[in-house]
Amino acid sequence: MAIIELTDLEKIYKDEDVETPALRGVSFSMKGGEFVAVMGPSGSGKSTLLHVMGFLDRPTNGEYYFEGKKIDEFSDDELARTRNKKMGFVFQSFYLLPRTTVLENVKLPLSYSGIKGSLQQELAEKAIEAVGLTDRINHLPSQLSGGEKQRVAIARAIVNRPSLIFADEPTGNLDSKSGQVIMEILQKLNKQGHTIILVTHETYTAQCAERIIKMRDGKIEEDIKVAQQHLAEKDHFVK
Amino acid sequence: MTLKNTFKTALTGLRANKMRSALTILGIVIGVVAIITVISVSQGAENLILGQIESMGANLIIIRPGREPKGPSDMAEVMSNSLKERDLKALKNKKNVPDLLDAVPAVAVPGTVSWEGETFKASVMGWSAEWLSEMFNIYPEEGTLFTEQDIKMAESVAVIGSRVKKELFGLSDAVGRKIKIKNRNFKVVGVLPSKGQVAMFNLDEIVVVPHSTAQKYLLGIDYYHEILAKAKNEQVIPMVVADIERTLRELHGIEDPAKDDFYVMTQTDIAERVGTITGILSLLLASLAAISLIVGGVGVMNIMLVSVTERTREIGIRKAVGARNKDILNQFLLEAVVLTAIGGIIGIILGATLSFAGSLVLGRVLSLDWPFAFPVTGALLGLGVSAFVGLVFGIYPARTASKKNPIEALRYE
Repeated sequence: MAIIELTDLEKIYKDEDVETPALRGVSFSMKGGEFVAVMGPSGSGKSTLLHVMGFLDRPTNGEYYFEGKKIDEFSDDELARTRNKKMGFVFQSFYLLPRTTVLENVKLPLSYSGIKGSLQQELAEKAIEAVGLTDRINHLPSQLSGGEKQRVAIARAIVNRPSLIFADEPTGNLDSKSGQVIMEILQKLNKQGHTIILVTHETYTAQCAERIIKMRDGKIEEDIKVAQQHLAEKDHFVK
Repeated sequence: MTLKNTFKTALTGLRANKMRSALTILGIVIGVVAIITVISVSQGAENLILGQIESMGANLIIIRPGREPKGPSDMAEVMSNSLKERDLKALKNKKNVPDLLDAVPAVAVPGTVSWEGETFKASVMGWSAEWLSEMFNIYPEEGTLFTEQDIKMAESVAVIGSRVKKELFGLSDAVGRKIKIKNRNFKVVGVLPSKGQVAMFNLDEIVVVPHSTAQKYLLGIDYYHEILAKAKNEQVIPMVVADIERTLRELHGIEDPAKDDFYVMTQTDIAERVGTITGILSLLLASLAAISLIVGGVGVMNIMLVSVTERTREIGIRKAVGARNKDILNQFLLEAVVLTAIGGIIGIILGATLSFAGSLVLGRVLSLDWPFAFPVTGALLGLGVSAFVGLVFGIYPARTASKKNPIEALRYE
């Protein structure tokens, strides 16, 4: 069964009288376990698509089925619960809470999921270990490098064991070496069964996925299977 | 999110801006201190007055001519000539009021007292010196009281308060000297020790002469301003009051109690009346103080709005990882309530300290045994109201925070 199914999805931003269409009829579907990269120039609607798919925004028109259920049937609280339990987000600017330790940042989604304190600690430590930051567990974000911050963000995204991970330009603010580490982690997570949707404008980064959706002017231009997937572990990125 | 977690988050938020939080708390502290102090001091005043009224004896009954005043400002028909000697005699008759121990009339004489060119505006009363002594538990430090015999003979004798003595005679002796009241000479037989204000009387400024003398020679009236009576004990008071009312109505030919030309007050009535007045006063003062608490609340709202705007990004992050609107609302609401509750607790401690100091100062200035009353109700009220202020003034900023769209909040610079 498709985990995500979109039909003629539209998103129009309204600012007083001006209407700005960001998505003009997007249709596609993806199955659980896929690793999809969404590419396109800025303004093509790729970030909007990720936000709508990630329940951070509602579509204006069209249909969106998540795990077979229509998004219109989700209340705001259910959207929040689904984001909490089934989705994880990694953003270009990390979006960590300042003045809050790595551990507390990673625990944040768990505090909204009704998980007991002792289990929270265990899950957070495991997630931090998975991104290799155990020695930084009590550091503040301001004491970390960009790559480390993004790894904390990934730990936070996976701590609640979600099925879906949304990554919005996760390597955009990083040097190529740190970016490579991030892509390595994402590929590993995909192998472990996580479904990953990656938004990027870098071809090399996109080549790490199994499938690339190219967007332009709010529409899907191309939907291609990657013939030869880059393995971030072996390949070296050239920016 | 669990309450414990929300609480922790709220505290973290407040700690991030220590100075700002402290100033906001100060606004609440001032309001709560004002309320507590006002309530405590007026509670102390009430207790003081009630204590003095109580000390006059629980079996005291006062009968006054005219209609009972409906409120503090209603003076209608207070002065009336309906109580005369025959009324007193009828009341003293055991057949009419069996449980009445004793009764004595009183009249008030307006004017001044003088001695050799020194004049003082004293409260001159035609009464019984023995009643005065017993009711206020006071006995002349020089000389004696005048007696029932003096009253019977309408002698011109007087017992004077300590201030009256000081103003007229200075340091020289007063007992045996003759003071002038309305051009009539009165021999001073006793000087009372200083006791200050007791209930409605300033005992230091009092001059008591026999009521018979005051009526006959000073006022030229045949009626009384008041009859004070004593019941055998506290339990029979309702019966005594009923007997008094029945006797006087019979005597005055009144059938409809609504047309009474007199009224009867017991000590409980007086205490109630005083309690009502001080209650109104304390409520008035407390509401004035409450305004400062509202101002403090506006401060809380202001700071919370700033905080919500500053932390828009944080709100976005929390929503992205699964916080519901309710979670965000609770977080900011709790921050506001924690702010005001901390202010409330500090305010209670400071307010109690201040009212204690106030009671000491007032006691010294007024030379009274001013009782300190820890304002338990005031404290609970202060804490409750300040938390409520947090809720009221926190709800709008918290709602603003919770309604933010996650994506717009994340993108907020």
